Amino acid sequence: MPQQADKVLDHSQLFQEPDYREMLDNKRVRFECGHPDTMVQEIADWTKSWDYREKNLAREALTVNPAKACQPLGAVFAAAGYAGTLSFVHGSQGCVSYYRSHLSRHFKEPASAVSSSMTEDAAVFGGLNNLVDGLANAHALYQPEMIAVSTTCMAEVIGDDLTSFIQQAKSKGSVPEDFAVPYAHTPAFVGSHVDGYDNMQRGILEHFWAGAERVPDERLNIVPGFDGYAVANNRELKRLLGLMGIEATILSDVSDVYDTPSDGTFRMFAGGTTQDEVMAALNAKATLSLQHYCSRKTLEYCTSVGQETASLHYPLGIGGTDELLMTLQDLTGRPIPESLRLERGRLVDALADSQAYLHGKTYAIYGDPDFVYAMARFVMETGGEPRHLLATNGSKAWAKKLQALLDASPFGKDAQVWAGKDLWALRSILATEPVHLLIGNSHGKYLEQDLGVPLIRLTFPIFDRHHHHRFPTLGYQGGLQVLVRILDTIFDQLDRKAQADPLAAVSFDLTR
Amino acid sequence: MALDTTDDTRDLARLIEDVLEAYPTKARKNRAKHLGVSQPVLDDDAEPDPAAHARAPGIGSACDGVKSNTRSLPGVMTVRGCAFAGSKGVVWGPVKDMVHISHGPVGCGHYTWGQRRNYAVGTTGVDSFVAMQITTDFQEKDIVFGGDKKLSATIDEIRTLFPLANGITIQSECPVGLIGDDIEGVARKKVTEHGITMVPVRCEGFRGVSQSLGHHIANDTIRDWVLEPNAAKHEAAEVGPYAVSVIGDYNIGGDAWASRKLLEEIGLEVVGNWSGDATLAEIERAPRGKLNLIHCYRSMNYICRHMEETYGVPWMEYNFFGPSQIAASLRAIAARFDATIQENAERVIARYQPMVDSILAKYRPRLEGKSVMLYVGGLRPRHVITAYEDLGMVIAGTGYEFAHGDDYKRTGHYVPQGTLIYDDATGFELEKFIEQVRPDLVGSGIKEKYPVQKMGIPFRQMHSWDYSGPYHGYDGFAVFARDMDLAVNSPVWALFDAPWQPAAEPATA
Repeated sequence: MPQQADKVLDHSQLFQEPDYREMLDNKRVRFECGHPDTMVQEIADWTKSWDYREKNLAREALTVNPAKACQPLGAVFAAAGYAGTLSFVHGSQGCVSYYRSHLSRHFKEPASAVSSSMTEDAAVFGGLNNLVDGLANAHALYQPEMIAVSTTCMAEVIGDDLTSFIQQAKSKGSVPEDFAVPYAHTPAFVGSHVDGYDNMQRGILEHFWAGAERVPDERLNIVPGFDGYAVANNRELKRLLGLMGIEATILSDVSDVYDTPSDGTFRMFAGGTTQDEVMAALNAKATLSLQHYCSRKTLEYCTSVGQETASLHYPLGIGGTDELLMTLQDLTGRPIPESLRLERGRLVDALADSQAYLHGKTYAIYGDPDFVYAMARFVMETGGEPRHLLATNGSKAWAKKLQALLDASPFGKDAQVWAGKDLWALRSILATEPVHLLIGNSHGKYLEQDLGVPLIRLTFPIFDRHHHHRFPTLGYQGGLQVLVRILDTIFDQLDRKAQADPLAAVSFDLTR
Repeated sequence: MALDTTDDTRDLARLIEDVLEAYPTKARKNRAKHLGVSQPVLDDDAEPDPAAHARAPGIGSACDGVKSNTRSLPGVMTVRGCAFAGSKGVVWGPVKDMVHISHGPVGCGHYTWGQRRNYAVGTTGVDSFVAMQITTDFQEKDIVFGGDKKLSATIDEIRTLFPLANGITIQSECPVGLIGDDIEGVARKKVTEHGITMVPVRCEGFRGVSQSLGHHIANDTIRDWVLEPNAAKHEAAEVGPYAVSVIGDYNIGGDAWASRKLLEEIGLEVVGNWSGDATLAEIERAPRGKLNLIHCYRSMNYICRHMEETYGVPWMEYNFFGPSQIAASLRAIAARFDATIQENAERVIARYQPMVDSILAKYRPRLEGKSVMLYVGGLRPRHVITAYEDLGMVIAGTGYEFAHGDDYKRTGHYVPQGTLIYDDATGFELEKFIEQVRPDLVGSGIKEKYPVQKMGIPFRQMHSWDYSGPYHGYDGFAVFARDMDLAVNSPVWALFDAPWQPAAEPATA
């Protein structure tokens, strides 16, 4: 009987107690009818072989552990960055519960969104009534300033037409005629969450800009892209813009949305880009996207209204941040201040201090296309060698662009780019061609478990570590955070190895 | 301070009216039927719930005045999920030696990947497939030309890459049912080709009004694609006189293990657990058991009724939350067997009593009189009530996401009259109710956790045990008591107000 009032054991210890071990052994032997241990071991070993890898990489239909979500998640995230905006996802209701849970598990924050709760009858007759009633209910109950409509795959398959549905809802008085209801079709069977983000951004801009007259000014628009670190990164971005004296509008700013204080009040709406700001953003001189693959359609639209556009691949590290600052300088004519040159120097200083521990380390990196590009670039700046670069939602064009980056550095010569592959493929790849470190998100913990490769969580979603997203990864300051995360992992590994083996204990160094 | 739940029926009725004010007329009429206050019992002959022994001799209140299991209103922020969540997420997903295909676009499988804490022993990707996201990842061409071909090829590739999987389930996502795919045809063909169990499940998310229909559909597929085709297997199974199956324990945080331990200790032989940490063999064997013990009635009663009708296996509900219900349930279960088992049950209850006493001695004084509001799925809104009461806590309100009328009937066995009852509550209603009742603790899900905590009210997730557990059984009760204490008595709730600011004026957004 293991439990004692002064020492309560939960699942992390309870089931290691002898009585539970015996019970579970007994269950396995007598009732589970599983495969013999030797066979399980044999297959487990085989899954890490070159033979298995060949079969695994030859898959044509099956997808296992893909590192991507579906479009509406990105749409809900993009809409959340606008002030007083409630996402309304048209289609089945379970989807919305999933997006809300997913975002809350990462940010440890409320994530509000509503559904049109379509069921069988809507599948037959279409979801017009659901949208009409749903907009009325959402507007009355939650009193948002704007309702951003996206779609689940159900609504897309039956072909509901949002343009006409929203107009009909307005004429039936669900919401006032002049109430903002931007929308985007976001089919889950096309692209991934980064495309949903793009589509919703474009939908919102089109809603406010279409038909309005553009009177160009000197301001700048910035599209951050789908970023799990946006809370800290957008704030860091604003600081950089402030130092350069640039007036800019962040189009979809979730920094205060997914970071509300605990002071006794639940704020369903807080922060975000206001409608006045979005309308004024039409006049901006240029729109800069921090993540190219999250904003292709949005930038296309910005170009069409007469704005200059530019896009980056997640400005992280020295080169990435240099490029950000120089792009800002080019677009606005504002010089990069001395203070930022000093900041840059401090990150370079940190890299120089630690370079001995970073040089020659090999990495596997996975995540969204822009993130993988940025991390590969930073890793090479540290003297590391990216070996496997994987984006399930990466295209051939992405692979080509990334390859060019790798080809330009001696540290990239052994890298392989895996566009469209999933994390089960990566398991085979890493089992046969191991690396020192793995950079990804919480889903990578299964790879860490199976292969012993240390995981550094640096991209969305991070469910099993708290508050990482409250610290920036962008800019020189963000680069420092990323550097410390990598270094801590390396140093922890050194200490753990030294502790595990008496002969290695000599390396349990006090100073490094 | 919480309202006094027995005296303030009128206040609660007024609270409901106030909350309903905000709705447009049509929605208000609908929602009014789902909100209520538990009433005095009129029908004295009502049959007592066998699972609610503690409140003998009878019924605390009538809670079935509220309407349930109807469509959610659009746009109101229902907390509910869908049929896919009920089948893949709840019933089938935990079966560890089968590969569960999220059949359709990538999202549904992604959001459920590793999120339900149904622990399972095994080697992931080798002989256990619970914590994996396996999908056909539908693209536009699959929608246009149909997904059967891709499904067929997917199954073949699963056989190559996961040779130790003992079966495959096909968990349909919305598009599958809309584009007219024949997943049953594919499954039948693949059973012949591969000789292992295939289970096509029509759990498209648009079916029904909540997770609940997904449970039912999943239960029906157990009947049609596992029990029926494998009759020879279970007929041949040899089981002893004390063989029982546990139905509807999903092993959240190890719940099923803490329960199994007690059942084995009283001398029963748990030949299968559905479906936490289960293998297909455990499911196939159930028709030979002497008794089915059902914990989550809402999600698995269908298959229990089927096994009773078809194989003559009786079933009974039980409740392993909190020492009062555990003891009562152990006695009720033992009463279905002989004197040996009954003596064992008494011995086991007596053996755990000192541990229970020490837990209560430590935690009850810290929790005595604290009020709790619950909003969970289809079982726990009633089943955990007595566990809170064992700790001296009182229930101020409770409600279900996806219960049916029979659940609300059973709820009356657990709550006194004058308790706030809410069915398929909306985000708006929960916020207002919690704001007005100001309970000392709220137990609900991840989507509710952070809004409630921002209000300064302690919270525990009661679907996932907030990453803790187990909560079932005596060992689980110790964890439950510890967790409720650490939530309610955390110092963080006293830090909300800046010392230079009057308490009544929270900072503006």
